[in-house]
Parts: sequence; C-alpha cells; structure tokens
Amino acid sequence: MMNIEKIRQDFPILDRKINGHKLVYLDNAATSQKPNSVINAISDYYKNNNANIHRGIHTLSEEATTAYEDVRDKVAAFIGAKETKSIVFTRNATEAINLVAQTWGKTNILPGDEIVISAMEHHSNLIPWQWLAQERQAKLRFIELTPDGLLDMESAKSVINDKTKLVAITQMSNVLGTITPITELSKLAHAHGALLLVDGAQGVPHLPTNVEEMGADFLVFSFHKLLGPTGVGILWARPELLEAMPPFLGGGDMIASVWRDKATFNELPWKFEAGTPNIADVIGAGAAIDYLMALGMDNVRAHEIELTDYALKAFQTLDDVKIFGPMDAKLRGGVISFALDHIHPHDLGQILNESGIAIRAGHHCCQPLMRDLKVWGTARASFYLYNTKAEIDLLIEALKEANKVMGHVAYR
Amino acid sequence: MSLTDELYRETILDHYHHPRNQGELNNATIKIEGVNPLCGDEITLYFNADDKTLSDVKINSHGCSINTASGSIMTECVKGQSLENVKEVINTFKTMMLSKEDNTELSEELEELECLRGVKKYPVRIKCALLPWNTLQQGLERLSSGKTDNQDQYVEK
Ligand SMILES: Cc1ncc(COP(=O)(O)O)c(C=O)c1O
Repeated sequence: MMNIEKIRQDFPILDRKINGHKLVYLDNAATSQKPNSVINAISDYYKNNNANIHRGIHTLSEEATTAYEDVRDKVAAFIGAKETKSIVFTRNATEAINLVAQTWGKTNILPGDEIVISAMEHHSNLIPWQWLAQERQAKLRFIELTPDGLLDMESAKSVINDKTKLVAITQMSNVLGTITPITELSKLAHAHGALLLVDGAQGVPHLPTNVEEMGADFLVFSFHKLLGPTGVGILWARPELLEAMPPFLGGGDMIASVWRDKATFNELPWKFEAGTPNIADVIGAGAAIDYLMALGMDNVRAHEIELTDYALKAFQTLDDVKIFGPMDAKLRGGVISFALDHIHPHDLGQILNESGIAIRAGHHCCQPLMRDLKVWGTARASFYLYNTKAEIDLLIEALKEANKVMGHVAYR
Repeated sequence: MSLTDELYRETILDHYHHPRNQGELNNATIKIEGVNPLCGDEITLYFNADDKTLSDVKINSHGCSINTASGSIMTECVKGQSLENVKEVINTFKTMMLSKEDNTELSEELEELECLRGVKKYPVRIKCALLPWNTLQQGLERLSSGKTDNQDQYVEK
C-alpha cells in the first residue's frame, strides 16, 4: 500500500490553484507531473556538473558522462533488459518508433510484406508504418477490437500470417485504457517469423514491465509520462537487432572513424545517439526511475486498479454517460474516455477547468479509432499514483454541474 | 462573471441545441470542409452563389457549442446577401474576435454575433468560433478563382 498523501507532497504542482480551486490533475495520459527529486536532479546537474559528455577528460565531463550512462543501467533494470547496450536514448516514444521504421524497416520490409498494428494505435504508431508500407509497397493490416474494447485475438490470428514481418502494438491504449495481451501476441508473431514492437508510452509508466517476460523485440516509451522530464524517450531492442540496423541520424558521437569520403560507426548504443543528447533530462529521468522503483510498480498498478474501479462505478451514477473501453479495471489502465449526451468534449473540458479539473478533450491522436467509435472526440480522465478517490468525487460533481450549465435538462 | 454568463450564454446554447441551416445542399456551387486538427472540430459548408449573391447556405457541424453556434449564426448573417456584404460580415466578425481592443461595433443585422464576443476571453476557443468563417472565406476564394469542382479543405492553424 502506498501513502498517497505523502506522495502528493513530493509533487509541488499539486498545490497549484486553478480558477480559485485546488488543481485536480487528471490528464496523466498526456503527460505526468514531476516530483521534487526529478526537478532537483535537473537543476543540481546544471548547478554542479554541467559539461558535454563522452568527450572531455576534465572532471565535469567525467561526472556528466557517468551520471548520463548510469541512467542507462537504471532503465535496463526498470524494464528487465539484460544488456545496457540495448537501451537507446531518443527524444520521445515517437522518435523511437520512427527510428525503427527508418532503419530496421527500410532494410527488412520488402514489397508484399505485411506490417500489423491495431485499430487503437496512437498516430505515433501508425504514421511511420503508413509511410514505410507506402514506400516499400508493403501492406499495413489492422487487428480489430471486440465490442467491449479489448484486442480481438481472433482477428489477430486472422491477420498475422507468414507474410507478417512486424507486429507493432500498444501495451495500453491511451483512449480506451485497454491492456493488450503482449505475451500472447509475441508467441503468435514469432510463430510466423515476425518481430514484435511494443509501444509502451502508456504501459511502461503504469504497469510492471519486463521485456523478457513480454517476449518483445522492440519497446519504446517516453519519460514525460513517467514522472520524468520532456525530451527523453527510450528505444529498447534486442541487441542483435540493433547491431544489424543501420544508423539513424549521422553526426558526432555516433562515429568510430571518419574520412573525407566515408566513416565507420560507433558501437551500441551510441551508434544511434548522434549529436549532444539531452543530458540534463536523461539525468532527471534517472530520478524518476528511482522514485518509481522505490514505490514498486506493483503498488502503483494496485493503486490505479483501485482508482479505476472506483471511477468506473462512480461514472455509472451519471445520467446519459457513455464509457469507452472495457469495464473491468483489471483489464485496463486508469484512462477513462467518456461522453456525456449532447455535451461536446471540448465544452466539458472547459467547464471542468472552471473547477480546477484538468482533463483532455479531443481525438487523443487516435483519429482512426474515433472514426471506428463513430465519435468526433471523447473526454478523457486519466490517473496516476498521486490521484485520489476524493478527486474522482470532484470530477463526478463537476460533470453533474456541466449538465446544468449546458442546459441539458431544458433541452431534452 | 461566471463562465456560464460569459461563455455559455443563452443565445449560444440555443444555436447549439437548435442550429439553423443545418444539413447539406445538393448540387451546391461550393462544398468545402473545415477542420481544426487540434480539437477535432469538423464542419462541411455548402453554398449556392453566382458572381453577385450567396443565395443559399447550409452547414453540417460536428463541433463544440461555440463552433456550432458560430456556424449557425453565420449562416443566418450571410444567407441571401451580396458577396460584397458577405465579405464585409466575415471581416467584421474576424476583427471582433481577433483585435486586442473590444470596440468592434455590430450593426443591427449582426446583433446575434454579440454573444460570441465573450469567447475572446478564452483564447483556445477563438478558433472554434472562427472555423466556419475561415472555411466560408476559403470557399469564396475558390468561387472567385472559378475552380468550383475540386474537393477542398480548410485547415485551422
Ligand atoms: C499510446 C501512445 N503511443 C505513443 C505516444 C507518443 O508519445 P510521445 O508524444 O511522447 O512521443 C503516446 C502519447 O500520447 C501514446 O499515448
């Protein structure tokens, strides 16, 4: 059990007032808030250790290099990766997916091959594959969802076949909250000789994650959704895959030897880290991992199941509410997309903001899914370890108020 | 003033719940879509016009209250007007919404637009209100260019 009141004291922003009300931050699927330890790690680095890495023999450069590289070990431990060299720092999850599409994709996808994703992918895990498929005359195929918003494994079995070269799938949907059966998909993909890329942007921050247990070949995620700073993402891949992939961006740090007309490339993982990286924020990301590891991801997950279960039940006390995605909190994360009859999500977002409640409204970078759901957008409340049942009560109260503001009763 | 008084005025809610000139025009001179990728507002605007007059207009809105109400009021302001007038109304409205000062005068025929003035206080919502108008403006440009047959889309920036 986690002491939520104590945890909340670590997050200075939670004391903010918005429109005279205490902030109720329920937009964690977009980005999480940051604890003092992360904020301090970044400012301490700039105050005490700032230097460029991998290139100086002076003390500061050595300190900066060690601090930066130590985070790689932490990331490996956090996701159960056996080898530190399989961890590549990127800007975000999106860049990591593009890296795979541009390097592994361009050398492995041939005309007639098939790439399989699901109907609920974020644009980040869709556009790079659309491009690759178009360029390579490959086919992009989709695993459909069941009516209650789970990944349809029958559909998966019917679209994954021997032409499939890659299955790229979210670990947890940023709209429906749906958690996907990654281990099962891994077996299915591997049985057909395909690789599995897991988009962990939502999953890794909220679910205990182990790349070996999942049977993944690639995993990507972003630190800004995981208590960390913006500007740091991770690509993990099985080292033999990274070895075989050509470099992504060219420049400093990624080379071994350079001549006027040619170059050889650095070893893993630096082959994929061209130019000065986001040193300060990587160090901040290390503090985020420390914070979560100290609490234990099992405890984080348990708290979120409890909150989600509470919220799903509370939502059902509202009139004319529709919840998208599975209703069993154990099958989903703390991301609840919903619609109130006749209130556009944009209006809802604004009305809730009046009470200091931050939710997201819109298509959540999942336009194809919105089309499938036949909505123009949804309102979405998403939780993290610092949220409380009392905040969910405030949300529900504010939603009732919104019904009044929008003249719902008079209208019907 | 509360949010309700400022933003969700009676008039806006009335147009939102009962939007005027909703639907499609078969064989419209111009059919044009407007989208706001940020929030997902989408409209389709249809109008009939020759080189002088905008004789009929319909709009299919799937947006928020501000977007829908703004589009609904717009159709009432421009329907049956000379193209000259239509352009002037567009200008007046855009000036009212975008100028820093709040001194844009509305003539009697445009009074209904008054309810949207409160939206200015909520910068993210201004785009919701402008989408139908910018879409109409682009549609008029297409009309005057003579290229009336191709599908077109206005994307709010
Ligand atoms: C499921 C999923 N994938 C990918 C991303 C992209 O993350 P980022 O914008 O940090 O690259 C997000 C973020 O919204 C997401 O929710």
